[in-house]
Amino acid sequence: MIILKNLTLSDGSIQDIRIDAGQIVEIGRIADSGTDCTDLIGLSGFVDPHTHLREPGFEASETVFSGSKAAAAGGYTAICAMANTEPVADNSTVIERVYDAGTEAGLCFVQPIGAVTKGLKGLELANIQDMSRSRAKVAMFSDDGMCVHDENLMRQALLEVKKFGGVVAQHAQEPSLTIGAQMNQGAVATELGLTGWPAIAEEQIIARDAQLAEETGSRLHICHLTTGGGVEVVRWAKAKGIQITAEVTPHHLLLTEDLVRTYDPVYKVNPPLRTADDNRALLAGLVDGTIDMLGTDHAPHSGEKKDCEWENAAFGMLGLESAASILHQVLIQSGAGDWALFENIISKRPAKLAGLNNHGFIKVGDQANITVFNPHERIGVAEMNQSKSNNNPYLGLEFIGRVQHTIYQGQYTMIDQLVRDQK
Amino acid sequence: MKHLISIRDLSRGSAVALLDSAQQLSQVNQRAVKSLPALRGKTVVNLFYENSTRTRISFEIAAKRLSADVINFDAQASSISKGESLKDTAQTLEALGAAAIIVRHPMSGAAHALANRGWVSASIINAGDGRHEHPTQALLDALTIRQLKLSGSDLTGVKVLIVGDLDHSRVARSNILLLSLLGATVSVAGPAELVPEGIAAMGAKVYKSFDEALAEQPDVVMMLRVQLERMQKNEDFTTRDYVKNWSLDQARLGQLGKETVIMHPGPMNRGLEISNQAANDPRSAVLRQVENGLAVRMAVLHRVLSGEVTN
Ligand SMILES: [Zn+2]
Repeated sequence: MIILKNLTLSDGSIQDIRIDAGQIVEIGRIADSGTDCTDLIGLSGFVDPHTHLREPGFEASETVFSGSKAAAAGGYTAICAMANTEPVADNSTVIERVYDAGTEAGLCFVQPIGAVTKGLKGLELANIQDMSRSRAKVAMFSDDGMCVHDENLMRQALLEVKKFGGVVAQHAQEPSLTIGAQMNQGAVATELGLTGWPAIAEEQIIARDAQLAEETGSRLHICHLTTGGGVEVVRWAKAKGIQITAEVTPHHLLLTEDLVRTYDPVYKVNPPLRTADDNRALLAGLVDGTIDMLGTDHAPHSGEKKDCEWENAAFGMLGLESAASILHQVLIQSGAGDWALFENIISKRPAKLAGLNNHGFIKVGDQANITVFNPHERIGVAEMNQSKSNNNPYLGLEFIGRVQHTIYQGQYTMIDQLVRDQK
Repeated sequence: MKHLISIRDLSRGSAVALLDSAQQLSQVNQRAVKSLPALRGKTVVNLFYENSTRTRISFEIAAKRLSADVINFDAQASSISKGESLKDTAQTLEALGAAAIIVRHPMSGAAHALANRGWVSASIINAGDGRHEHPTQALLDALTIRQLKLSGSDLTGVKVLIVGDLDHSRVARSNILLLSLLGATVSVAGPAELVPEGIAAMGAKVYKSFDEALAEQPDVVMMLRVQLERMQKNEDFTTRDYVKNWSLDQARLGQLGKETVIMHPGPMNRGLEISNQAANDPRSAVLRQVENGLAVRMAVLHRVLSGEVTN
């Protein structure tokens, strides 16, 4: 049994919470003693709609277990694992293998995402129904890393997921506009002599897919929005009543293309870091609800994939362990939003997106998935060390605010900033 | 100065000091005994991942005139084909005693990575990285302009026009940064599809036509080499159109002032970006550029390896 005392919830109320047998059994004033949470914020457990776990296939970079530890350290009680493994998660065998590895690790709920097309090749639909009926009950499908750029295939995918209320999560990147692209297009790319990645390559796919979602009456999710123009397209689509949701990564809220001047591949990411104007537009979109949620796009890479020339380096950066601290900085510390919005962005909306009914609530009778955030204490990058990889772009930075405790299925997966290693 | 990777590494003062040092060294090159003992016992490696006989030879002679030992490592032939990483190659060269590595690489940022990633402690000199920079070329161009325009220690008031394929040109990038750092007014002109977005932000005024730019009466016209191997992939590229609009042909040659300096980083495509007449014109500084290349590379090597300026 766990009793959390004097926890400040996202509505501002101060409560004690009693957890027993995996469930929240009491919220209110509890006479018994427990873990003192004075001045700490209690939020429904964080849910990441966009994680890369690298298992099967690239276990040197990350495994389901190491990724789950990073998740627990970051306050996550559920993560959605992208399909770009080797073999690709385009069938229920691989899906269930990842799902079972998540259950085995036991540090957070691991929800596999199914591939939209076979082998992520963009040529032929994967067996989406089969994955949706698997033990993992997949509701979200994505070829992330690759864009489903063929219109007809995208339309078919939307029709396919509509049959069971699923959603297609699109990595919006028109390939013909981004051949050899290395970083955001513009003056910095020009000076650095790196091939530019135009904003239109993203915005055009979002607009097209929004129209397809409207026409099919299906659900569309846009992964990692990066441009001010993309925010405008999503805003337009939402105003039309199209069933569209969108996510933004912590790095696209915080970092800019100027970091590429170092040619350090730790800043190489797909889609690329953009400008400070884009940072502001993304935050504004998050605050006004155009962007629904935070997705980490946690993308571990082993050392040799980053310790090379920029153009030879892999795309991607770590994100799970730093995400909440960054959201705290850009949303709460800046005064742009409150804890209720914070909780919506990092927990409630992604839980709803992926169909994770046990997540996103702090309610008596619910499974106890709770994250306790300490908004006063600092965290440095050196302390973010649960992942097997160290492609952490926040090197040298410190954030105010860090996760204090993570409770998954009524058990601490992190207590007082220490991750539990075993079940 | 430990490395020379980008013109951004230089201040106006340090750039002028390098030019002064190169000017002094160019006098050594005129003397009968053409070597100085400054770098005796030091090993300098030419690590070239792209063919460039001229630049490699220029660095090689420069290093030898300072009495350094020179190793030419033809990376195209050896390591790349075996899949060895840049990091491993550089570490091997350092283990063999390289105090400085002069690197030419097809990828932008390769020299920067060698200098800043903690792979090696040798000094790194960028001899051209992708489309990014070619700083010694810009220094030799600045020295040439300074000599010919007698403009004091820097280039204040000199109007320089750079013409051609700006997109693929590291020479253009380094020159825009350096010449404007030294006080020159830099303009560029080239076919629209070869003028990269935001190049003005580096410090250049952009003209849409060569003739319009020439009407401003530049003191220096720098023609960029057409990189034919890149152009031919572009279906729209025709030599005839290029020559018509962007070549320093006889008609345009006639529009230049008596004192206007014609420059080209070489090797020239005669009849394409530059006509035979222009290349042979007494106002052409092409051979002086080559000579100054030697002096500038001596100055740079001396500066990065001895930590001091020669004067
Ligand atoms: Zn993606």
